[in-house]
Amino acid sequence: MSPLERYLIVAALLFGVGLAGALTRRNAILALAGIELMLTAVNLNLIAFWRHGGHDAGAAGQVFVLFVIAVAAAETAVGLALIIALFRHRRTVHLDEADQLRG
Amino acid sequence: MVELLEQAPLKLGQWLVARVPQAWQPVAGACLGAALIVAVFAGLFALTTWLERKGLARMQNRPGPNRVGPAGLLQPAADGLKMLFKEDIRPFAADRWVHTLAPLLKVVPVVCALAVIPFGRHLVALDLDAGLVFFFAMGSVTEVALFMAGWGSRNKYSLLGAMRAIAQLISYEVPLALAALTAVLVSGSLSLSAIVDSQAGAYPGGLARWHVFTPWGLAGLVLFFTATTAKANRAPFDLPEGESEIIAGHLVEYSGFKYALFFLGEYLLLFGYSAVGITLFLGGWRAPLVWLEWVPSYVWFALKLLVCIAWFIWLRGTVPRLRADQLMHFAWKFLLPLGLAANLAAMLWQATADWTFAGATPVRWALAGGLVLVPYQILGRSLMGEAATLPRRYRFAE
Amino acid sequence: METAFQLLAAGVLVAAVAAMSLRQLVHCALCLVAVFAAAAGLFLTLGAEFLAFAQVLVYVGAISILIVFAMLLTRTRAVDPADLSVRPRALGIMVAGAVTGLVVAAVLASGALPDKTAATPAVPVRELGRELMTQQVPALLAVGLLLTAALIGAVVLALREPPAATGKEPRP
Repeated sequence: MSPLERYLIVAALLFGVGLAGALTRRNAILALAGIELMLTAVNLNLIAFWRHGGHDAGAAGQVFVLFVIAVAAAETAVGLALIIALFRHRRTVHLDEADQLRG
Repeated sequence: MVELLEQAPLKLGQWLVARVPQAWQPVAGACLGAALIVAVFAGLFALTTWLERKGLARMQNRPGPNRVGPAGLLQPAADGLKMLFKEDIRPFAADRWVHTLAPLLKVVPVVCALAVIPFGRHLVALDLDAGLVFFFAMGSVTEVALFMAGWGSRNKYSLLGAMRAIAQLISYEVPLALAALTAVLVSGSLSLSAIVDSQAGAYPGGLARWHVFTPWGLAGLVLFFTATTAKANRAPFDLPEGESEIIAGHLVEYSGFKYALFFLGEYLLLFGYSAVGITLFLGGWRAPLVWLEWVPSYVWFALKLLVCIAWFIWLRGTVPRLRADQLMHFAWKFLLPLGLAANLAAMLWQATADWTFAGATPVRWALAGGLVLVPYQILGRSLMGEAATLPRRYRFAE
Repeated sequence: METAFQLLAAGVLVAAVAAMSLRQLVHCALCLVAVFAAAAGLFLTLGAEFLAFAQVLVYVGAISILIVFAMLLTRTRAVDPADLSVRPRALGIMVAGAVTGLVVAAVLASGALPDKTAATPAVPVRELGRELMTQQVPALLAVGLLLTAALIGAVVLALREPPAATGKEPRP
């Protein structure tokens, strides 16, 4: 197995765990954590391709990951603010109880 | 002779490493560096506890520790023994793993962080290209340790203390990074040894070209050390412990050796941030005046570190503790904009570096200094409110 | 390097499974910290030094702390015992398993992947910065705007609504 493949498989498994968590946990915060895991898996993929892709693209792969990290930070901040606002309205953070369009 | 003294620690290390078999030499070198850092800074920790107690005692007109050894110098050893022999209590309701792992997670990253600091001309354990980022990353891991200590103890004072501590640490991370950014901006590197190299040379008259001798550097230094005081949990920003309000916060349920570990971690963090501040603004291991360069570089570094520690002790003995809201306002409404202003000043300084006309230096000083001082005045007045404009009143003395 | 990769990969996966399946919320968050730290280690084995440190700084130092804060602020019970998952739990796991299986099969079967083991040389931070400041300037500006917008948005969303927000106009 080439080094690239090993990293890709680890990333795929990590992505799967994150997806399973995001789909099955009721708690909105943990669903968000699952999404973070998926983003980390994507980052791992990007770096593995940058390192072992066999092309000469300079630092583009790393720059991409940097942007993903920044966007993930923004996403978490807004997501958690939404969850706290939801909790303030309905005293719950369970995703299956937040099923109304008007609060 | 000068060169010999300068090289002595390096040569000694190489001689020691050469004793082990060839295959193990890289590992032995790394272990030697790590052991040296741990030993030196644990010793400095012991010395600092004594200095702090003596210094505070002097400021408060009392003798301080004076029973164990000459002038109480062996007091840290006695305290250490006492800590070791104390019962290690873990509360019944506490989360076993989280409670136990927290002190370790507090100390280990800080020791790792110390590895990237250049303590002397040849003394850097790990010269990373992104050393400064590594240092800040390791410093931020201690926030997790604080949370683990606070939550794992199952005590509401612990949790309250931890929440306060984390809010404070995150808030002061921003001005700290902004202050460090000024030096990075001008040096053009994140490597700490490259930042020291960028402060080489001297002004006419023999004064070294440290960053602190520029308007943005002075502002950066003051901001950096103010934020460091908060990051390292030192008075007047020691709200997370606040023993008179929340009985030592996240440390309530810790005793014996774990408690000592927390203290060790806190002091090591203080040393680490001071060392980075020295590296960024105070010329690292460089001598302040060119004709003093015969003193070995590590001696200069140690002296600067001791001066920083003395400053923190003095500050603790002088300034009363802030209120929680004052703490937050100070970080977000004062330090953060001022940090941005300092960065602007650094940019201006860099952009005008090629001005050669007569009197360029005073003009640059005025421009960059104004960029820092004007926001300082405005922000300071708005932070103080009315009190800044009224004549000062001594309420309790009248 | 080989051992480091195996240890870190195992660490990432075990901690991720723990983070997504433990009952105590705070334990989940702490396992998440472990995942992020081990992922940073994997970045290091790939030679992306700066990104590994940035990962620790942003994910361990900021994001997981935010998550922990949100958990403590929205806690009704420390542990929610009975139903941890949505009703069709098996369905979710099946979907995730199918996606993972598909991707792994694709990776193993693909002939398009470069099979070179020769790696790109590590890029110094200076190069990274130059790339960021020359070719990627529009993206950098966009990220800056996005972060500012997210900062303001998060503050507005999480701000406690004023008690007068009942639809009445404030008195002139």
